[in-house]
Amino acid sequence: MDMLFLAEVALAGLGAGALYALTGVAFVLIYKATRVVNLAIGEILMLGGYAFLGFAAGLGLSPWIALPLAIAAGGVFGWVVERSLIRPMLGENPISVFMVTIGLGSILAGAVQLAWGADPLRLPEFLPGTPIFIGDAYLAPKVAFGFAAAAVVIGLFLALFRFSRGGVALKATAADQGAAYSVGIDVPRVFSIAWILACATAAGAGVLVGAIGGISPTMGVFGLSVLVVVIIGGLDSLAGALVGGLLIGLVEALAGTFLGGEFKLVVTFALLLVLLMVRPYGLFGTHEIERL
Amino acid sequence: MAGTALLDVNNVEVVYNRTVQVLRGLSLRVPEGEIVALLGSNGAGKSTLLKAVSNLLSLEDGDVTAGAIRFRGDDIASLTPHGLVRRGLFHVMEGRRIFEDLTVEENLTAATFALTGRDGASPDFDLVYSYFPRLHERRKGLAGYLSGGEQQMLAIGRALIARPSLILLDEPSLGLAPKLVEEIFGIIARINAEQRVSMLLVEQNAAVAFAVASYGYILEMGKVVIDGPVEKLMRDQDVREFYLGLGGAGAERSYRDIKHYKRRKRWLS
Repeated sequence: MDMLFLAEVALAGLGAGALYALTGVAFVLIYKATRVVNLAIGEILMLGGYAFLGFAAGLGLSPWIALPLAIAAGGVFGWVVERSLIRPMLGENPISVFMVTIGLGSILAGAVQLAWGADPLRLPEFLPGTPIFIGDAYLAPKVAFGFAAAAVVIGLFLALFRFSRGGVALKATAADQGAAYSVGIDVPRVFSIAWILACATAAGAGVLVGAIGGISPTMGVFGLSVLVVVIIGGLDSLAGALVGGLLIGLVEALAGTFLGGEFKLVVTFALLLVLLMVRPYGLFGTHEIERL
Repeated sequence: MAGTALLDVNNVEVVYNRTVQVLRGLSLRVPEGEIVALLGSNGAGKSTLLKAVSNLLSLEDGDVTAGAIRFRGDDIASLTPHGLVRRGLFHVMEGRRIFEDLTVEENLTAATFALTGRDGASPDFDLVYSYFPRLHERRKGLAGYLSGGEQQMLAIGRALIARPSLILLDEPSLGLAPKLVEEIFGIIARINAEQRVSMLLVEQNAAVAFAVASYGYILEMGKVVIDGPVEKLMRDQDVREFYLGLGGAGAERSYRDIKHYKRRKRWLS
């Protein structure tokens, strides 16, 4: 087999995987803090892409202004959703909340279609275009940029959780809500912040995904792969989202190239099935600590 | 009772799930600077009262349906649970409830959120470590790997970080060896004296509770059946028999006496 070709496919796969990881982090943030399985994460990502398009093409802003605006729009959207849809559902059956997020996803996909039409659109070019070679292997510059941006953001999140006081509040809330209240943590505020950060992250990821592959109202399907990523990584583990994302990106790229595009999902879901049989918590998901 | 009441619970009723009434017109007071013990058998409503006071009942679908709870004169009904903690009312919950997958230090850091909005209050980790040197040794380790006694120390340590004026202590002796219980109650008494923190202490172990408390309430079926200064309670024949196990002066008890005990209890409430 041609090693150079294999390396190029693997690099492209890791690039795509980094965006899975980034979106996976957004998913994990919400799940960790609030125990809500947010199935609308793919649509929120899509919303980020369209918001960028609106700011850059619609209002004619520079892409470098439109990018932070799109991220901010995602954050505001997350805040509104948490306040208006999720918080009233506090204490309800998790399945009900889960259904709310599915509904939210459908509404978003429909709304975007009404506003921008059903056809795939291209985002204005703003990422550097010079080809990048690692050794002899070619790497598309956009993919490399996406990878770098995702790596920086995920690194920031990991550091934030490990070393900051806010990270302690999030972990404490995730572990035991009642106890978090009892030590003076403003739990509803932690929920709010988790949703804001997560949706902003997803929106940012949406701009990157859109810049590479274009945007369309069916872009939310991306969320399906992200779901596989976070289940494999462990629903409440940031490191799991990182590893799971890269792994799924790699596997999808290899399967798509060597087995054919139609095998991408088959292979990833088969992997998911096998992994769940061996490790039901995912690779890094929390088990209870056993005190002996 | 002398002194101004820091906590004033007046005729409180609590209903869970809109159906199960747990507290039935309960009243008690915790004066400034004192330790008040709240005793009672399983299901008497002791923990429920503490959760009502710290406003954590709503997490368990419980409601205060009548009566009022005042902390420093303010009705707590309008305050959030974390808001209450920030005003100086700290609830050390039953079963310790430490964050097991956080380190000891991070557990204490979590409690620093209690100081939010208080001017000039900076967290004093050394104070905690001076009362509990063992926590200092294990500060980098995961709290889940601490022994039961150390976890209880951590739970009380979190309260110390928050610099409260009132600590609600829910069964600090739960599941601990007698020697550890003695050690922890010694520290509780010291904290009360040295930090001038008032405490409302829920216990099953009446003997240790009376050793540190100045006033006691005995709860049955959701209301107070006996209360008084601890010296008076210790002389009370019923309390000695039912809660301190000192009744028959060491004589063996027959089954007839146990039936007698049940009869007496009903009469008592």
